[in-house]
Formats: sequence, structure tokens, C-alpha cells
Amino acid sequence: MSRLPEFHAAKWDEPVVMELGRPGGRGQIFPAPELEIKETIGADLIPASMARKDRPVLPEITEFEAQRHYLHLSQMTLGMMGVSLFGTCTMKYNSKTSEYATLRPELAEVHPYQHPDTLQGVMGIMHDFDHILRSLSGMDQFIFQAGGGADAAYTMAIVARAFWADRGMLDQRTEMITSIQAHPCNPATAAAAGFKVVNLPLEDNGYPSLDALKAAVSDKTALIMINNPDDMGIYNPEIKEWVRVAKEAGALCFYDHANFNGVMGKLSARELGFDACMFMLHKTFGAPKAGGGPAVGAFGCSDDLAPYLPCPVITKSGDKYVLDDDRPKSAGKVREFWGNVPQVVKAYAWARGMGAEGIELASDISVVANNYMDKRLSEIPGLEISNPDITMNRMEMTRWSFAPLCEETGIGTADVANRMADYGIDPFWMSHEPWIVAEPFTPEAGELWSKEDIDLWIDVIAKIADEARNDPEMVKAAPHNQPVAQVNGDVFEDPEKWAMTWRAYQRKIGA
Amino acid sequence: MPTETKSHPWMALSAPGAIDEMLAKIGVSKVADLFEQIPQDHYRKTPLDMPPTLSSEMELRRDLVTRLKRNEDCEANLSFLGAGVWQHHVPAIVDEIVGRTEFATNVWGSYQSDHGRNQAWFEFSSQLGALLNLDVVQLPVYSWGCAIGHAMRMAARMTGRNKVLVSQLSDPERLSVIHTYCQPTQMAGSIDVITIATDPTTGRLDLGDLKSKLGDDVAAVYFENPAYLGTIETEAAEIARMTRAAGAETIVGVDPASLGVMTAPGDYGADIVTGPVQPLGVHMQCGGGAGGFIASRDEERYVRTYNGFLVSIADTAKDGEFGFGLACPHQNSYGMREDGNDWTGNSTYLWAIAGAVYMSLLGPEGFAELGRLIVSRARYAARLLNDIPNVSVTWPDGHFKEFVVNFDATGRTVADINDALRAHGIFGGKDISGEGLKLGQSALYCVTEVHTAADIRRLTDTLKEVLA
Repeated sequence: MSRLPEFHAAKWDEPVVMELGRPGGRGQIFPAPELEIKETIGADLIPASMARKDRPVLPEITEFEAQRHYLHLSQMTLGMMGVSLFGTCTMKYNSKTSEYATLRPELAEVHPYQHPDTLQGVMGIMHDFDHILRSLSGMDQFIFQAGGGADAAYTMAIVARAFWADRGMLDQRTEMITSIQAHPCNPATAAAAGFKVVNLPLEDNGYPSLDALKAAVSDKTALIMINNPDDMGIYNPEIKEWVRVAKEAGALCFYDHANFNGVMGKLSARELGFDACMFMLHKTFGAPKAGGGPAVGAFGCSDDLAPYLPCPVITKSGDKYVLDDDRPKSAGKVREFWGNVPQVVKAYAWARGMGAEGIELASDISVVANNYMDKRLSEIPGLEISNPDITMNRMEMTRWSFAPLCEETGIGTADVANRMADYGIDPFWMSHEPWIVAEPFTPEAGELWSKEDIDLWIDVIAKIADEARNDPEMVKAAPHNQPVAQVNGDVFEDPEKWAMTWRAYQRKIGA
Repeated sequence: MPTETKSHPWMALSAPGAIDEMLAKIGVSKVADLFEQIPQDHYRKTPLDMPPTLSSEMELRRDLVTRLKRNEDCEANLSFLGAGVWQHHVPAIVDEIVGRTEFATNVWGSYQSDHGRNQAWFEFSSQLGALLNLDVVQLPVYSWGCAIGHAMRMAARMTGRNKVLVSQLSDPERLSVIHTYCQPTQMAGSIDVITIATDPTTGRLDLGDLKSKLGDDVAAVYFENPAYLGTIETEAAEIARMTRAAGAETIVGVDPASLGVMTAPGDYGADIVTGPVQPLGVHMQCGGGAGGFIASRDEERYVRTYNGFLVSIADTAKDGEFGFGLACPHQNSYGMREDGNDWTGNSTYLWAIAGAVYMSLLGPEGFAELGRLIVSRARYAARLLNDIPNVSVTWPDGHFKEFVVNFDATGRTVADINDALRAHGIFGGKDISGEGLKLGQSALYCVTEVHTAADIRRLTDTLKEVLA
């Protein structure tokens, strides 16, 4: 058992910024227009009907007061400063070298409409990284326009739309098939793109049956969207047959590679038969998550689908990198410009820093670390692994359950998550909807953390399980060492009380 | 046999012996045993083909910097490019705060362990709400175009109608995203995007044409203020009135950098407001600074149709204390999969923090000064450009930071002129000649607070030389 840290979070009692400062306080000053400008053009440049008359109700604080306020807020954010084994998100070290490189004016202060001759450096990086992803997946072309994994799923949906429209079959190919265990973004983006969603249920072996798939596919199927392994850590060994069956019915096959970490360098989406796949650069490829983006869903596909990709596509002609915007069959854009370019550069840096050998080792380590966790977690009373009948070693993450502990003590997964932070440990990921496993949690160690980190994390879980038995009220009331006490969730569904801005709060609750 | 590994600075368990210690606990003898779920014939046959490894930080840094230095940037050159990403001053404090590792590496904890980040998010919405004079601001989506697309889909859900009206002088980049979101007519839930004519003498919407198209099938009218080509929509209140009378929603797109001097959209009848977050303290980053906000009044019918994250202030278990959390968390795709409102996921939330810091630094006076400076310098640039023989500014008055410069009388193409300017270290305005706007050989110039009078004279002097 590790010695558990006597942690206490910073608690600054920091007011909302709107309450800081005093009238006349200034954090930024802009110069007046030059004399020659004033003399040439005069004043009153905004037409009267559009000239602002009120003074926006913003804080009036000094530069230092702003700096100190937001530093305090950063200190009241645990943000992976403890141990974060946050499943489905593949927590990695985010190299400061690449962070600093992307802050240089050669990237921070460049405009996407500059002439391509002036952007050869970054285009070269993106081109080379495209080829690294091609090698990892077997696909023929990647683009980076999608602003996250969900946006890459949406990219797949609109590429499929354009593919079927080009064949005059959009009226017929109206269905997307996925698993009930797939990430919600797959059904949600397909539905937003206009497809009807068919969800396949899971069987006892942890994945949908081949028979269910066969019953679902037809000449209406536009595409299937599937991840493998899933968030339970279970690998569908029939996936090649799945792809064969779907393609036999004419459908496109999309591999959601959100859970790529355990199979990096081992599997190739294309060799398994898939037409397209996506990688999350802010997860698997070492770019920071930043609390939810800027992120990148790198979307890759076969030559058959490439004509339908959103523009621009970066290509190479002779010694020059080219922005290819002339793709008449393109599905259109999912977002303006080329994507979150600095994140692509950071992912390239990660891939170069790891190299082929490092990537293969990271995949091994992530699966070793997860199975070590499974072993130790299985020794803690009150915890239960998902699909307990499946005894094979899991992949890089495993879904676990506090159901037995909850039955015994009334302490469930949300209570444990709240309590973990009291030990300086980042709360875990529970589960995406629907909760197939009761009181779920989903740890994933990845390749970053040391054995000591992982042991500490598990010891904290064991300690909280003990606390649940000895002092359940204390756990229910957790956290106790955080910047604030438990937030009252009732507010969030109550139109009379919710307040998304300070003005709304003042109107509803009063100053 | 011990597992052989090469120690790597980013992987603690790559140190010799670590893996074997764990394998012993698991009870297997080698790593390969752990992959028993994967059938042998699933393994890839082709080996990875990767460039050489740069595991030393020193070598990696050199590679990155050497390659990035092949770019030309807008600090070393004088740039007049805008149209969706604009060069603005980014205060140093913003860079410090968004670079804080707690914010940069953060993912998702509890409302308590994420308290500081959630407060920063709430402060983004609160300050932007103060600029817009609106009570609800959602955390930003991927981009302005995406924000418009979601707003149109919100309007369609609210009204049950399937047509939206947009200006014929729309940005093709944003319009492409809008078309993607509104989807082809064969698909379920598709929305028709219809264009409204503009007045050729002003660039503003033609209200007669708008009126003729405002049928009972129109879900929303979308217009920008300032518009894509920089013009200010002086009849905004009348457009909103006409739209409301037709039972449709008024969606407006605004530039937050203009809101110190331009009327808040909440004050002229906008129902849903969108805009870019990049002007609020985010570097251009080759377009990687994009992000888009969506805002509205605090009415339940709007709040219940949002697609993403709404951060609300709330009380806590301790008397007199406040915290933050997500309002209406179950209506998005995390809560309801395909039955949720559109979809959400990782977005551009770090830029919400950048925006919070930026707005707190500027305050009411900073925004007023910024707006005055931008419009003054832009108007001055337009005046000087218009004075150059054979060069004319299409709508010389009534614009904010962007304006159209026409080169037809020079007999040269914009592409040709921009090539010549670039040889002098100047990036000319965006070439809009090929955008089907019927404006001839024209460029969209962007002038902001970063452009001094001397910069503007350098542009016009160089242009005279280039055109001579």
C-alpha cells in the first residue's frame, strides 16, 4: 500500500471576474489613431443606427489583477497534476518542446490564405505526418480539418453522403449501422448528417453478434461505423468478417480508432478491410486535450473515397507542397480552413519523438499497465469487472463497476469520483451513455505513468472502498479538500435557477 | 527472458525491468500473451514505415524549428489578410494563462476538481454576454461556420420549418460549412439555403428581396454585422422586425472586436447570435485559432435546443459558496446519442479561457478604444487606397475592419498584384475575384489595430510602385 498523500487543493475563494477591480481600472490600453488619420477621416465612423450607446458591463482591472485571477483559477484546476488514468482519453505527456515551437510567429502568426509558397514549412510537416498516419493505417490520404473525434465521425458521414450521391443512390442508402457500445458521436453525427441509425446490441461475449449484423445490413446500408477494441477492453475477433459482410452488401466501413493505443503498430485498418478511419491527435498522438480542444480528428480513407474529402488536401508536386482545392466531388467543408494546425504539428512531433519502435513499445506498455491494473483492482472487494465471464486479458482499458460496493454501502461511482480528488487523484471517466454496466468506471493507464503512479491510483480506490464501509456519510459528502464543496446539481435543470452568464445570475438570484 | 526496452523520456515503464515486474504480478511470462484476444491473421503484415526517431528533445526541437522557419509569417511581413481569421494583438497574459499546464493538459474531472477551469469558462460566457447583451452563451464550437450551422439547425428544430435565408455576398468558406450542416435535400431533416439579394450601391441586404422571400416556411434569416465584405448592416433592427413578423428566427453573426463601438445584437432584436472567438486573444495559427460561439436570450425554448456545453453557476453544499457545472447536460449527444441535439465532443474550449482573459484585460474602455482604432485605421487605409489611380474601394464608407478594393481599371489581376506585393514583403488582401460575387478583380483587405498609419502608407506606396 502506498503512503497516501495529505493533499489539499488550492482554495482562493476567487470572486467571479465581474466583481473585481474598480471603475477606471485598465488591463490593456490602445493608442489613439495617429494625427494624420484623424485629419483625413474625422470621427463618427460607425453609422448612427449601429453605434453602441451603452457601456458593456465588463470588469475594469489591471494587467496584474487579470494575471493573478486566472493563475488562481488555473491553480484551482487539478488538470492531470495528480494521476489521471482517464479512460477513453489516453492521457499522455504533452511535450513542451512542441508547445513552444507552435507558439513561434512562424506558426502562431501565419494566415491560411497566405500564398502556399510562404507556408511550405507547415505544409511539409502536415504532408509528412499524413504519410506517418498512412503507414499506421494503410489508408491513402489523411486530412485534418475535423475539430475533434466527433467531427471526424461527421466527416465520415458527409463523405459517405457524397459517395452515395455521386452514384445516384442517396435515396436508397439511408442507414448507418453501429454498436450500442460505440462512442455516442458515431450515431449522433450520422443522424445529424441525415442517416437513420441502427444500433446493434451486445451479446454475452461483449460485442454484437455477426448474425445481428447480417440481419441488419441490406441494400439500404450506407455505412457501418465501429470501434475495436471497445471501452470494455474487449476486441471483436470477428471484425474482418464484419467488414466482409458489410462490404458484400455494398456498405462503406469506418473504423473509429479512438481506442488505438493498444493496437498501434499491430493492426492496419486497411488490411482489415476498412475504407476509412480516424485518429484523435489530442489523445493517441500526444497533443494536449486543453479541457476539450482545440482538438483534431485526423480522417483517413482509401483512394476510392478520397475524391469526396473536404478541401483543402495537402499534396506534393515535385519539390513543392500544394493546397489542392480543386476537387469537384468534394463533400464540402466540415469547418473553415485546414484544421487545428498547431495540434497537427504537435502530433507530428510526438510521432517523431516516439518513432516506430517507441510507438510499438507504447502499445505494449499500455496493455501491460491495464492488465496489471485489472489484476490489482480484482483484489479489492466491492469491485467487479465488466463481462466477468470473459477471462482473456483485456486491451488498453477495462470497464469496471462499483455495483457490489454500492449495494453493500450505498456508495456509487459518482461518490468515489468526488472523493478521489481529495487525494490529489484526477476523478476517473465513468462511461458513455447508455450505462450498460451499473456504477461504471473506466481506467486507462496508457504509457505515461509509472508503476508507483498506478499503484497510488489503485490504493486510493481501495482506501475509498474502505471508507465507504466505515464512514459512508463522509464519502457521500465528498469532496472535503477541494476548492469548493459539492456543487448543487439541481440548479442545472431548473430554468428559474440556471444562469449561464453573470447577467442572468444577477437577474435571477440578485446581486 | 527479460523484456528488452529502450528508456524513453515520455514513458516511465520503458525503464529496464518495469514491464517484467508487472508481468510477474499479472502472471504471464511475456507481453505477447496479453494480446490473446487478437487473432493471428489480424496482425498487420507490412512493417511501419516511419522517418527516423528523434527521441532527443534537442534534435526534435531543431527539426520543428528548422521546418517552421520555412514559413513566412505576418510579423516579418505586412499582412492585410482577414476573412475568417484576423491579425489582432494578443496580450502576453493570454499566452501565459492558456499555456498553463493545468488548463492545457486538462481533460474532465469533477465539478469540484475542475472548479477553476469551469469558472474561467463561465467568465468567458459572462463577459461575452455583456458584449452581446444576451443572457446565454454556449462554450464555443469548432468554428464560426459551425456555429452558424448549429444555429440554423436550432432554428429549424424550434420552428419546424426548413428554409434559411442568407446574403448573396456570403463568405464561401463559411457557406460551404453551412451547406454541409444543412445537407442535401434527399436527406431527412434537410434545410434549404436561399440567398437574399444585396444592394449594389451599399453591399447591404436588399430588404425588398428579403420581404419577398420571407414565407411561412422560413426558419431563420442569417446576416452578419459587419458582413463578410466588411459592410455594416444599418437596417439590422428592421431586418429582425420583419423576420419576427414572419415567425422566423433572426440569426446574426458579429465580430466581437467591433462590440465596443457597434450596437450589441441583443439590442436590435437578434434571437440567436454567432461569431468567431479568434479575435478574442487567439493567434491565427494558420486557421487553427478558429472557434465559434452561439448565444441567445435565456428562454427555455432556446436553451433546450443548444447542442453543446452550457456552463451554469450554482450554489454548493457550503453556505454562501458558488461552483459551476453543465446545465441541461442530457440534451446533447453524450446524453442521448442520435436523439440529442446535433452532436458535440471535444471542441475549442481552451479558446474560451483565452477569450475570458482577453475580455477581462480590455474591459469596457479597452473595447471602445480597440473599436475606434480599428475602424479609424481601416477607413484611413480605404481612403488612401481609393486615391491611387485606377484603384477603387467598392463601398468606401460604412465598413468596419474589412473592405473591398477593386483593381479592374489597372488591367491587372489581383493574383498578379499580390505576387508583386509579396516580393516587397506585403501580403495583399484576399483575392475574391473567383468567388462569383460579380465584383470583378477585387481583394478583401483587412486592417486592424496592429496596422499603423506608417504601415498603411507603406502599403499604398508599394502598391503605387507595383502598379506604375
